Amino acid sequence: MSLLRIAWRSIQQRALASALTAFTVGLGVALVVAVLVIHGVIDQSFRRGSQGYDLIIGAKGSPLQLVLNTVFHLSQPIETIPYTYLEEFTLGRFAPAVEVAIPVCTGHDYRGFSVVATVPDAFERLTYLDGREYAFAEGANFRSENYFDAVIGSTVAKRLRMKLGDTFTPVATVGEPGGEEGHEAFTVVGILQHTGTPNDRALFVNLEGFYRCEAHQHGASFEEKVLAGEGLESPGEPDAKPESGEMHAEHGDHDSDADEHEHAHEHDHESHRALSAILLVTDIDRQPQLAMSLPTVVNDEAVAQAVMPSRVIAELFDGIVGNVQLLLLVLAVMVVVVAGVGILVSIYNSMNDRRHEIAVIRALGARRTTVMSIILVESILLSLGGGVLGVLIGHGLTGLLAPTIAEQTGVLVSPFSFQWAELILVPGLIVLATLVGYLPALSAYRTDVAKALASTP
Amino acid sequence: MPLLSDRPDGSSSNEVLLLKGIRKSFREPDGGRLPILAIDDYHVEAGEQVVIVGRSGCGKTTLLHVISGISRPDAGRVKIDGWDITVFTEAECDTFRAERIGYVFQTFNLLPGFTALENVLLAMKFGRRRPDKARGRHLLERVGLGHRMTHRPTMLSVGEQQRVAVARALANQPRLLLADEPTANVDSGNQQQVVDLLRETCREENVALLMVTHAPEVAEQFDRVDQLEQINRAVVTR
Repeated sequence: MSLLRIAWRSIQQRALASALTAFTVGLGVALVVAVLVIHGVIDQSFRRGSQGYDLIIGAKGSPLQLVLNTVFHLSQPIETIPYTYLEEFTLGRFAPAVEVAIPVCTGHDYRGFSVVATVPDAFERLTYLDGREYAFAEGANFRSENYFDAVIGSTVAKRLRMKLGDTFTPVATVGEPGGEEGHEAFTVVGILQHTGTPNDRALFVNLEGFYRCEAHQHGASFEEKVLAGEGLESPGEPDAKPESGEMHAEHGDHDSDADEHEHAHEHDHESHRALSAILLVTDIDRQPQLAMSLPTVVNDEAVAQAVMPSRVIAELFDGIVGNVQLLLLVLAVMVVVVAGVGILVSIYNSMNDRRHEIAVIRALGARRTTVMSIILVESILLSLGGGVLGVLIGHGLTGLLAPTIAEQTGVLVSPFSFQWAELILVPGLIVLATLVGYLPALSAYRTDVAKALASTP
Repeated sequence: MPLLSDRPDGSSSNEVLLLKGIRKSFREPDGGRLPILAIDDYHVEAGEQVVIVGRSGCGKTTLLHVISGISRPDAGRVKIDGWDITVFTEAECDTFRAERIGYVFQTFNLLPGFTALENVLLAMKFGRRRPDKARGRHLLERVGLGHRMTHRPTMLSVGEQQRVAVARALANQPRLLLADEPTANVDSGNQQQVVDLLRETCREENVALLMVTHAPEVAEQFDRVDQLEQINRAVVTR
């Protein structure tokens, strides 16, 4: 018969009080687990959001704003970079160091969700969540030649109840007055499967179609004009805002329209087109030196900045979100400590009833240290039992809340998302139980056997 | 710590208990001392069955506590199997008690959370030998409770509880079994059964039995009956 069994029997004997005490610890632990799991998942999804590419090339300015805008579809684009700069990464001097270069235009939204203009390669050559390939729940990726096709993220589809064949017209969030005017309607041809990344909350339109909208034609891009101080001066100017009928005519034949005139027109305008960012996958395996020096070279030049999103996100997360998590963790740990004090009170209160029992065990030959150990083991058992209960409740709770969290934030929380930090709970609870069990254990240690045996059991 | 079979002097003495110059007193509320035990010389031989008779409050239980090492005497020596337990550390004394002394309490003192068998095995836990489940079962069968091994004390009758207590006291094959008024809480029908059981099992296990009681009908069954008033001078002086 081990001390463990003796302690367990003692717990069984006071089943209700023991269960309630363990439950209190369980609630505290559940809180810790929930904080850890949710934080871990948010941490992952923050960091994962950028894992499909290594570098973001964007206009000089705040790296954080560039990352927030490009990766998380938050905030506004800083400025733009010339479209021609893209060629430096596809054909020009940086091309050897680059595996994939994806142009991106932001600054528009549709009913609260960001609209991102990009190329089909964004879903064919980029990955997410450590190498997972984008897949479509419905439909398929848009094709380059179908200018006014779009794909949408899963959250957008769900929240806006959009389906294949639906159309939407992006609205500029910066620089372009006049709302939908000057924009073509894009047709949904694909709905992405849920990725757990910010892309679930965005709509992706064909970059070429985006440029072909009247609002983005005629010389410099509208963003460029605005940033140059032109756009705001004459929002209703006829040559900046042509008849909408003209636009719809263009929309009507966009699928087949690839004549030479169009191409010449394209080239003519390419030099005036602008991009919010270029997403780069560098060829670190084949050109390690070149790839590693790329950010420095880009940053040394006047055109753009190169930002490593993972670094910016890590700084953001550790600096802000990490502190919030720390605060929540401190609160949760305090709850566990209060629950630990509950164990102390519970066992200590039971000591008066158990003094006779302890005396009997001592009379049978148990040492003082043995009865002390029995009480400590009992405290540890209650604490660990509560801990196991708490882990189950914590994960169960996260599982229950997962659909709501996914719905509201686009972050997928799995009830089985185990965090390594949870392992600290085991030694943590043992230390706590030993501390809170010490006082009643000392009381058991000091039991006067002869006196306690004389008392009525 | 002595081994189970050892005697300190290696002699083959037959003496299992020797009390020499024992003095024990308790502090009174006024700060004075109330003498409880004053025993100059007392001994029990191996396998002997002795009953000490005395009225309530004359120090019978205190005497058993001193013999078992639960309480320390103010002065004097307590020798069990030749070992002076008054010089042992408390921890040594505890282990020695577990291995060489069995104790049957007036109120049985079975642990309510444990089954009959577990109560017997619990006593084996604190010695240096491994708990022997087979012996635990054998003892319970011997006291007529083979069919009650998994019953908790609350599911047993008073007589059955005392029988479990006897089995528990014999669990470690002690040299001396101390029984503190073992029939006091048992109805008259079971009283004789308990006495018989104690005497028979002690004989079978070659264990010396020292029983204290205030019941003359129990005492008269023993060959050796000692009056506490005669061996304990503290009773006279009180």
